[in-house]
Amino acid sequence: MTQIPSNSAADDFKAGVLADLMRPLPWNRTGFNAAMGAIAFGLTGLALLPLLAILIEILRQGAAHLSWEVFVALPAPAGLEDQPNGFANAILGTLIMVGVACLISIPLGVMTGIFVSELGQGGTATSERSKGFASLVRFIATVLSGVPSIIVGVFAYAIVVRTMGGFSALAGGVALAVIMLPIVVLTTEAALKLVPNAHRLASAALGANRLQTTLRIVITVALPGITTGILLAIARAAGETAPLLFTALFSLNWPEGLLSPAPSLSVLIYNYANSPFEEQNQLAWTAALVLLGMVFLTSLLSRLVTHRRLLP
Amino acid sequence: MQSKPNPAQRAASATDPKPLAPALHIRDLSVYYGRQKALEAVSMDIYQGQVTAIIGPSGCGKSTFIKTLNRIVELEADIRVEGTVAFLGQNIFARRINLNRLRRQIGMVFQKPNPFPMSIYDNVAYGVRVAGRCSKSELDAIVESALGDAALWDEVKDKLNKSALGLSGGQQQRLCIARALAVKPRVLLLDEPCSSLDPIATMKIEQLLHSLQEVLTIVIVTHNMQQASRISDYTAFFSTDEAQIGRMIEFSPTKQLFVAPSQTQTRDYVEGRFG
Repeated sequence: MTQIPSNSAADDFKAGVLADLMRPLPWNRTGFNAAMGAIAFGLTGLALLPLLAILIEILRQGAAHLSWEVFVALPAPAGLEDQPNGFANAILGTLIMVGVACLISIPLGVMTGIFVSELGQGGTATSERSKGFASLVRFIATVLSGVPSIIVGVFAYAIVVRTMGGFSALAGGVALAVIMLPIVVLTTEAALKLVPNAHRLASAALGANRLQTTLRIVITVALPGITTGILLAIARAAGETAPLLFTALFSLNWPEGLLSPAPSLSVLIYNYANSPFEEQNQLAWTAALVLLGMVFLTSLLSRLVTHRRLLP
Repeated sequence: MQSKPNPAQRAASATDPKPLAPALHIRDLSVYYGRQKALEAVSMDIYQGQVTAIIGPSGCGKSTFIKTLNRIVELEADIRVEGTVAFLGQNIFARRINLNRLRRQIGMVFQKPNPFPMSIYDNVAYGVRVAGRCSKSELDAIVESALGDAALWDEVKDKLNKSALGLSGGQQQRLCIARALAVKPRVLLLDEPCSSLDPIATMKIEQLLHSLQEVLTIVIVTHNMQQASRISDYTAFFSTDEAQIGRMIEFSPTKQLFVAPSQTQTRDYVEGRFG
């Protein structure tokens, strides 16, 4: 060794550090890591499997009979071969009833969500009583979201069909609104809670009152979240069959206003899937595909709209 | 260490003992979070047209104190207040006080820049819009002058309709100052406005505050003593005792507090022996 001792000590130190940097992980950690990775991938695949199976099957079976006709024609009487066969009435009926449900549940649900999130919390400006009431409302909404949809159907039957004296699109819309309401309330609340408190404080410090802060700042910021919640609710409502069975009933003709029975895609699928006629079974698949497409389009459209509003 | 206030800049105001009109007259102000007392018996005057700095170690209640002056603290937590804060002679805790008007008169800039997720223009216009109807041309003029006062106009005049979130941290904080200035407050409270900014952005804000003091009464919380000595006319030193109760230890003209503090606690703090 011709080098100065201190230099050689420094070299040793450096070599030691480098060796440490290059040291492979112990085999058990590498193995554990690989195993956990494999399990995570495997379970994700397993979870996706039913979803993909449904999607692929609906696409495969439904696309076969997808034609312009199904969007414009009424259902043909079973067994008749050369008549145009479609479910335009059911598409329109679903749109009408989901529309009615939206008109009821979105304003009600969003406002309830605002109450629960904005007025049921905060400093001394909020009274204890309104905090207690807000948590009661939240609890009820949670319970309501777990109520089986058939029960919701019975409820709408009792309060709308019985009192108004007949099955109607309106009754179907009310039933769907009850399904949508808790989803809208709870997702709106969650979206509003995610808005940083710094925004509320900044707004208050500029002299805005609570209403102005909520309307101009909090809701604007939370809009994508609220929209997502509304879409979830719409998707859920559009696919519900049970609440419509004894509220809107079904019909093979065009919907005739809000006060008469109305067809819907979901009940059509339910009826046709059980049908002994092969062409009706096929049409049920096509209807499922159309329903899926409608939900997908709604989602896409609202995403685009909210996205543009957020990025000036 | 002794940081010397620039004599040419400060001598006139800081050493002149002539009585100044108080914008905020604070007497025996105590603040409680639930049962815990956070601040005890603070009495001081915030003079009109002066910069008052609040310094002190973390947790000494200086932030709570400044947030009590426009009652914004009530939105953050359940608090209880004793004592009085008189703004131009009127106690702000009186029942008849309109909190929205109070906060428009006593504006606030927060520790972290918090622009709204909207355009630069809309950020500045927000306070004016919530105050009531205003024509487009009036609004344009207010936005331009507020951004000008905040020394931000030249940097943003070509992108007023771009999102405020695209600005740098320092620009965002100056935007928050512009936003506060747009509603023409009498008093501006700043809660450690430079704590998340780099030295250049900090310098810009300090210059800005200096230029604003002609028209505004400024209260600034800072844990940076050099900053307090550079920009303020008066300084209050806050500290806590063993029970974590914040107290105001000393309040004097800045030069006096840094050069010849009357309390040993203050001297230990400004000389860096504590805190």
